[in-house]
Amino acid sequence: MSGIPHDHYEPKSGGEKWLHRRLPVVSLLYDTLMIPTPKNLNWMWIWGIVLVFCLVMQIVTGIILVMHYTAHVDMAFASVEHIMRDVNGGWAIRYVHANGASLFFVAVYLHIFRGLYYGSYKEPREVTWIIGMLIFVLMMGTAFMGYVLPWGQMSFWGATVITGLFGAIPFIGEAIQTWLLGGPAVGNATLNRFLSLHYLLPFIILGLVIVHVWAFHTTGNNNPTGVEVRRSSKKEAEADTLPFWPYFVIKDLFALAVVLVAFFAIVGYLPNALGHPDNYIEANPMATPAHIVPEWYFLPFYAILRAFTNDVWIVIAANWITAGLVDAKFFGVLAMFGAIIVMALAPWLDTSGVRSGRYRPMFKWWFWLLVIDFAVLTYAGGQPAEGIWPTVSLLGATYWFAYFLVILPLLGVIEKPTTPPATIEEDFNAHYSKTTGGTSTTGATAPNPAE
Amino acid sequence: MFRPITLAAAVALSAGVAHAAGEAHFENHDFSFEGPFGSYDENQLQRGLQVFSQVCSGCHGIRYVPIRTLSDEGGPNLPEDQVRAYIDEYFIEVWDPEEQDYRAATPNDHFPPNTSVGAPDLSLMAKAREGGPDHIYSILTGYEEEPECALEGPPMDGFYNRAFANGAYPESCLDEEGHRTVEGSWIAMSQPLYGDDVVYQDGTEATLEQEVEDVSAFLMWAAEPHMMERKEMGFRAILMLGLLSVLLYLTNKRIWAPVKARLKGETPAE
Repeated sequence: MSGIPHDHYEPKSGGEKWLHRRLPVVSLLYDTLMIPTPKNLNWMWIWGIVLVFCLVMQIVTGIILVMHYTAHVDMAFASVEHIMRDVNGGWAIRYVHANGASLFFVAVYLHIFRGLYYGSYKEPREVTWIIGMLIFVLMMGTAFMGYVLPWGQMSFWGATVITGLFGAIPFIGEAIQTWLLGGPAVGNATLNRFLSLHYLLPFIILGLVIVHVWAFHTTGNNNPTGVEVRRSSKKEAEADTLPFWPYFVIKDLFALAVVLVAFFAIVGYLPNALGHPDNYIEANPMATPAHIVPEWYFLPFYAILRAFTNDVWIVIAANWITAGLVDAKFFGVLAMFGAIIVMALAPWLDTSGVRSGRYRPMFKWWFWLLVIDFAVLTYAGGQPAEGIWPTVSLLGATYWFAYFLVILPLLGVIEKPTTPPATIEEDFNAHYSKTTGGTSTTGATAPNPAE
Repeated sequence: MFRPITLAAAVALSAGVAHAAGEAHFENHDFSFEGPFGSYDENQLQRGLQVFSQVCSGCHGIRYVPIRTLSDEGGPNLPEDQVRAYIDEYFIEVWDPEEQDYRAATPNDHFPPNTSVGAPDLSLMAKAREGGPDHIYSILTGYEEEPECALEGPPMDGFYNRAFANGAYPESCLDEEGHRTVEGSWIAMSQPLYGDDVVYQDGTEATLEQEVEDVSAFLMWAAEPHMMERKEMGFRAILMLGLLSVLLYLTNKRIWAPVKARLKGETPAE
């Protein structure tokens, strides 16, 4: 599949040959599993496996939850309590599913920031990046609709606020909002369609994940140096890579097991820490909670949404230029979606010829500032829109856009990158020959094959 | 033992719930079920059930709790015959939609809802408030004499409670800048427990603190009946995944060793 020269599957037994002539499925699996992988991948390359695991875990637990859940405004909340109390292991499945969403987003944010630092979005991996961004947007939609299903106070009011955003679109907004809700307000029709879509979207995500993997199996993985695998001969390619199985499968599974230790510590001991207490109160259209707060993983974008208020000059300007068409609310919506769109356009906004941030002395600083910015926005999004928080959100949102629209294009022109190693092999060798044990400092002896 | 801290500080990191209202007193009580290895105290849950049944259930229901779960292990663990005796003792009746009439409850029924005075259902109260059982504890021990400033204005509806954040608040208790001068606010519920409200079957002295602790623990169980199983699952999962991590770490190290050994000029171990 990839353009890197390597051994292909050869059917040996009669049965294998018979099947291979008719359906080369074993060949497909073999080539996928044995794909030559840059041998210098570091620990930030493990999040892909964690994400695949999350998707499967969410689908499996979700299918079981649907068996016991009732999508009706009068029964949804009680059916969730039925799952929590009466269904065998129902509480465990629900807590895994609810916290699984958080693990999913932790992993996807680390995965995205890894891509941003090592330039994984750059030529020739733009399609992988764009598909990844589509998956991210679908994940947000799926998670949002999933949070509505327990029909607690935050479910109801979150749904009201978020679908209200679409109402901010000029002319067609109200029609779109009604169409999304299936009525004039969040109600039974909304709950039913959200369940339907919450069930459908993960399978679309699964399809996109396959395309995402296919895309980077075609271009080959990026790696911490950003230097491409040599393809001129099989010998050179083999010096730069190792097959995915067993080297990276075992490494990734090890990382996954460690991540799951932390995950089950949360599920076992703090299963409600990431949720909101108000969601244990049944939805009540007559009582608005004091503060409607989305799930933590939406907070950075929620902060950007709320940052652009009436007194911000760019909002005033936009309002004046468009003769009132773009008001503060619509501007906020555009900013929120724009924040994801500019990130998706990173392959074309980044003008630097060097791929990996490791060899870009100025970029490094701006990148880490973006990471801090993301954390600050997450915090600001959870605060009430008063005091200093609107200002903090506005500064954070401004930096987010500046990073992608100004800093990335300019850095390519003004920055003097250092020289990356000529080959992946060189990087790998430099890393593991300088110390006795590479990353391991315990000085363990090389394994004895006769053991 | 009691660490009084303000609710505002306790939730400053979360969504900032306390900002809407003023500060409220928050009693961080040590319950037996706290911590990774903490567990419900069976006797305490049974006492809490008694307090709930004889006092709270006058106005509040716990409609999501099936009566049979009173005999669950890791819960009150009442023997089944005692559950039946309990139903008889408190004349628990449920609405039967088929017969269009009330009938005596069976263990398979849920506790009946109670909407007689519009009091909130307590099934999930211990999870539906920031601080959970500590919040319940704080409210039930938070009744005090009305502060003097409140007497200057028109009489308030409800009852002053230093731990209740979201209730009515008299203007006469605001300073010139509009800040609140006393913690808490006015709650609709009159003080339900004073001490000696019940005679405990197990002979425990029914002080106010004892009753409040017992009923708070009972409501935590009502909200999270599988907490013991959950902690056990967490412990097992961490142990097994920890072991798996170690095994995978060693496997990984061994698989990669030949690749790395070649670089150090050692003999490839293959």
